[in-house]
Amino acid sequence: MNKPNLNKKDPRFKIANREALVGIGLVLFNFIWWYGFAYGLGSQDVNEYNYVFGFPAWFFYSCIIGVTIMAILVFIIVKFFFVDVSFDEEGFEDK
Amino acid sequence: MNWHATISLFGSVAIIFIIGLFASRKSKTSTSFIQDYYLGGRSLGGFVLAMTMTATYGSASSFIGGPGVAYNEGLGWVLLSVTQVATGYFTLMILGKKFAIITKQYNAVTMVDFLKERYQSKWVVVLSSFSIVIFLFSAMAAQWIGGGRLIQSLTGLSYDGALFIFVITVLIYVTFGGFRAVTLTDSIQGTIMFIGTLVLLIAVIIAGGGVTEIMTKLQVENPNLITPFGADGTLTKAYVSSYWVLVGVGVVALPQIAVRAMSYRSTKSFHRALIIGTIVVGFIMLNMHLIGVFARAVLPGIEVGDKVMPLIALDVLPPWVAGFVLAAPLAAIMSTVDSLLLLVSSTIVKDIYINYINPNVTRKKVQILSMSITAILGIIVFLLAINPPDLIIWLNLFAIGGLEAAFIWPIVMGLYWDKGNRFGALASMIVGISSYILFQAYYPDPFGMHTVVSSIVLSFVSYIGFSLVMKNRIQ
Repeated sequence: MNKPNLNKKDPRFKIANREALVGIGLVLFNFIWWYGFAYGLGSQDVNEYNYVFGFPAWFFYSCIIGVTIMAILVFIIVKFFFVDVSFDEEGFEDK
Repeated sequence: MNWHATISLFGSVAIIFIIGLFASRKSKTSTSFIQDYYLGGRSLGGFVLAMTMTATYGSASSFIGGPGVAYNEGLGWVLLSVTQVATGYFTLMILGKKFAIITKQYNAVTMVDFLKERYQSKWVVVLSSFSIVIFLFSAMAAQWIGGGRLIQSLTGLSYDGALFIFVITVLIYVTFGGFRAVTLTDSIQGTIMFIGTLVLLIAVIIAGGGVTEIMTKLQVENPNLITPFGADGTLTKAYVSSYWVLVGVGVVALPQIAVRAMSYRSTKSFHRALIIGTIVVGFIMLNMHLIGVFARAVLPGIEVGDKVMPLIALDVLPPWVAGFVLAAPLAAIMSTVDSLLLLVSSTIVKDIYINYINPNVTRKKVQILSMSITAILGIIVFLLAINPPDLIIWLNLFAIGGLEAAFIWPIVMGLYWDKGNRFGALASMIVGISSYILFQAYYPDPFGMHTVVSSIVLSFVSYIGFSLVMKNRIQ
């Protein structure tokens, strides 16, 4: 009952599947970074907090650096590991 | 009433509108009205795609409700809110190229189209259309309220009057403009949101005497404000982490987001959108909520959370600039509302009317029908929003969780698991929605995590279970 026009061997799907896995990897990394710094540094007594640029260290590393690192990672991964495919016909674009 | 701020606010909004209407005029040449009105002819570029995702997702809750809660809870709420940076890359990467390729093969215009072709089941279509209409209605009401509140605190008009102005402006241009007008204005609105956030952040830091000064003040008032655990220590690790599901990865399943993931022109635009989207979403979510926290040190004692943003902007900025900056949340709300309106309207016209009631309808009739349904829907939501609850964020999150519980597995597994079938999809939607509603009503936040987590787990089990058990019934 599956779609007749849904070609399972379409080489573009292999690329798509790999890139979806990259997305899962990125989000796991993002979560671990976020959780580690927030609760690793943030759970101690408030009076013991260290500060970076005025922010509590847990917040600075977990949120500010966390968001920055994700933006850089996404940039690198997309630029160097994501592949252009054509949407018009089967197969790849000649590029 | 603050005339300068009011004039520059409405001036900014008017310019956005004129561009939107101009764009929709230009787009009238294309062949299929449905493809064009609801999907912009699948021709979005990278910048427009990134901005329309941001502007659609960044809504009243991120600009009005969210910072209001951050004002009360402190840095813990900012920690919770930055989980949304995941929406910038995860959604597009997961749906990614596969979704665009398949929806193009299916010739799908809406998310329901995709589900219909993938599962070949009338019941899947009916159930998904139904849940979209129900849940997005409550989401829209939340946005209307945010817009009304914002105009109210700036102009001093009554809430009803402010709401009315807001609704009229949105309705006029969504009704006539369609998706392309919406996405184009979205990119202007996204840009305003970005610049507005930056300007306000700097102004608040200066008004507070620097970050160190602000943190010291907060610590003196209540040390919990600068911990990750919230003002009275109630934001637990498990609860805050569960927002990764609600506002991070689960966003994949929101129809208004998914429809954008099928509307781009080429993988080049897609790649650019990933990069721009991550930067813009991360920047806005982090800083908007941070502004809410800082505002507590600058302007203590604000009672209604939703009013924090407008009041702080008027306090720390010259009125002209405040008006422009406040155009950012107003823009965010409008762009969310217009996308939701279009989506509900497309669900009714395309997924229900054309599929099951009258498949041979003429182009002219579809056009009139689409526009009038869009307009009627807007008016109904307006009537719902006249009597609003205090913190719009909860209303909005309720709708988001419900849609995620319903759609995440039928979409994601439908794309990546060939054995998934209509029984799995139906079971998963029914279990997802009903467990979400029941948990919310009788046993909120099981295991200390947001309700959506338990519902998504249950709907996953149902999808796999029913797909495997019923596989012999397919054919």
